[in-house]
Amino acid sequence: MLAPNNHARRVTVRFWTWGTTILGILTGVGALLYLYRLLFGLGAATNLDNQYPWGIWIAVDVASGVALAAGGFTTAALADIFHKEEYHDIVRPALLTAMLGYTFVVVGLLADLGRYYNVWHPMLPGMWQGNSVLFEVGICVMIYLAVLYIEFLPTVVERFSGRVRLPRPLQFLNRFFEAVMEVAGANLRRFISVFIIAGVVLSCLHQSSLGTLMVIAETKMHPIWHTPISPLLFLLSAIAVGFPMVIVESIAAARSFRLKPERRILSSIAGYVPVLLGVYLVVRIVDLTIRGVWGYVTDLSTHSVAFLIEMTVGVLFPMAILVQERWRKSLPALFSAALMVVGGVVINRINVFLVAYEPLYPTRTYFPSWMEIGVTIGLASGLILVYRWFVMTFPVIAAYPAGVAESVEAKQPVETVSEAAISQDG
Amino acid sequence: MGLDRRRFLTTLGATAAAVAVGRDANAERHAAADCDVAWGVLVDTVVCIGCRKCEWACEQEHKLLNAPLANYDDKSVFAEDRRPDDKRYTVVNEYRGSDQRPHTIKMQCMHCNQPACVSSCIVGALTKDPQGPVVYDAWKCIGCRYCMVACPFQIPAYEYHNALTPEVRKCTFCHERLARGEQPACVAICPNEALTFGRREDLIEVARARIRHNPGKYIDHIYGEHEVGGTAWLYLLASDVASTGLPELGSNPIPPLTESIQHGIFRSFVPPLALYALLGLVMYSTRRNGKSEPTAEDDVGPE
Repeated sequence: MLAPNNHARRVTVRFWTWGTTILGILTGVGALLYLYRLLFGLGAATNLDNQYPWGIWIAVDVASGVALAAGGFTTAALADIFHKEEYHDIVRPALLTAMLGYTFVVVGLLADLGRYYNVWHPMLPGMWQGNSVLFEVGICVMIYLAVLYIEFLPTVVERFSGRVRLPRPLQFLNRFFEAVMEVAGANLRRFISVFIIAGVVLSCLHQSSLGTLMVIAETKMHPIWHTPISPLLFLLSAIAVGFPMVIVESIAAARSFRLKPERRILSSIAGYVPVLLGVYLVVRIVDLTIRGVWGYVTDLSTHSVAFLIEMTVGVLFPMAILVQERWRKSLPALFSAALMVVGGVVINRINVFLVAYEPLYPTRTYFPSWMEIGVTIGLASGLILVYRWFVMTFPVIAAYPAGVAESVEAKQPVETVSEAAISQDG
Repeated sequence: MGLDRRRFLTTLGATAAAVAVGRDANAERHAAADCDVAWGVLVDTVVCIGCRKCEWACEQEHKLLNAPLANYDDKSVFAEDRRPDDKRYTVVNEYRGSDQRPHTIKMQCMHCNQPACVSSCIVGALTKDPQGPVVYDAWKCIGCRYCMVACPFQIPAYEYHNALTPEVRKCTFCHERLARGEQPACVAICPNEALTFGRREDLIEVARARIRHNPGKYIDHIYGEHEVGGTAWLYLLASDVASTGLPELGSNPIPPLTESIQHGIFRSFVPPLALYALLGLVMYSTRRNGKSEPTAEDDVGPE
């Protein structure tokens, strides 16, 4: 982010394809259901009740959404703070994902809030409630969202500085925006590191605090997931899922935009993943052992099965795949393993917020209504479309047209296995 | 004993006043000692005859349901255990003790000494009034329902079918009546003195005396004396807690665990600032002179 990203280009593809048309329809349906919820209330749209106050809009749209946007701060830390310059090309897409991801988290959260128009209340000092974990999450997410927009500004400046051409009725603003671009362009380079570090600190704070949220429901939480170190587990899993999310996204984007996947960078960051997952796994095992709850893990109840799926899919399988260099260099294997980590984190967040939550007086079990699912799918689809619009409008994705001598890709020895994989993949 | 329109309006005014006063008075946390002299109610489930007049009085007081008192003679509702909800702040259920005789038990918000809902609330819409009640301010509320997640008694209910101005609803301990020097509506109507209103520490004495003077009638346990750090509402039970429908809870208050995690992470903002400084140091020390393009010699992660 500090250095101008010389490789980033605007993607030039047709916006509407079969795939994006389907996503567009899903987004439209989601928007209608969202509107339905606003007009007719939570009771009409969701399966929430007094036993289950939180559903998938919190577990998936908010908790998983925040976790999956972690790629933004992990890549920024790697490339801009630890100065591993070779990873620079993936910072912009990761930051964009984080920026859009958090934006959609807020949109999703608004659907869930009964009085969404009061969402700004935590900003008022008179209503600050420092004992509330949710307050900490809310404030951090709010500030971090602002930081993400600032971190994206250089990309906007790069694209539009000296090229502001607003449509006719707004033309008189051209000069104003040019001036803004100039000021921003001149000063951002100097101050951007302040925001980059702030972004990492804020992320560590609210990623962990999301894990503290359910600790207060101690009499309703299943022992497997009710632990005082839940914030540490949430932070570690967020850090672990950051790179896999970048991998999934890069490969999917490369395929969709008919670009060459940044195989070398992706295989390289994949090397960190088994280490990060390993740390998470060890902490998890130590936690279960100290609290003496292995009995719950092995009793093959719904909860034990949910836990075993979470750990096998999200941690053990991808670790086993990604420890091997051979698999890290194969795009399909890399993609699958990364997707498993992503899925594992989503399953974990669903487990913590929904599966582990047992009401004191249950008369039924919660399962999301079709409208809740529709809104969640709509948000995810909308996110992909907005991402596509952004990478077609701004220089975000590093593109290496085949045969350019300076490209990093070209300096690497060609490997038959992975070359085959690439041609197979896209 | 109907409520006329004027009385309703005075109640509204008093509510606003009490909420305004409560906000200031709640600026700081209250030690358990303060709660001993705060108001409480003792529910004697052995004396309770299950007339459900308290349900009716509550619903009248808070303009919830407007059913005739005669409807509440219907004992068939005891067939299932009901829960308080957004239209009924209190319900009377039946439980069978170890003596196999039916007893009735009134359920409502316990008004904890250290309420989890108050600790969890993102905007301080829920506060613990030093007089005892846990009070809700709908004007602040953002409708996140975290209080419902946090409550160890599963009490706060939500107006899920109100699209625009839904509120968290629960027993208010009639704090506006208390401010006027009156008893809660349910206590006032109770014909059998199954509900006793008073200072919490006095109620505990009363409860101890009843247990002592009526051997065999009560279990030797005042529910709410120690549960989750103590509650303003206290129960005398005919048999073990498990049979009554009340949750079995330990004596540790709920909020300290999350609050200590929370305040540990933020202790004087030292940990976040330390992390900031550390990352700044790393950023400075790893920076390179002149921006160079990545080369093949660069390390490429753990392999």
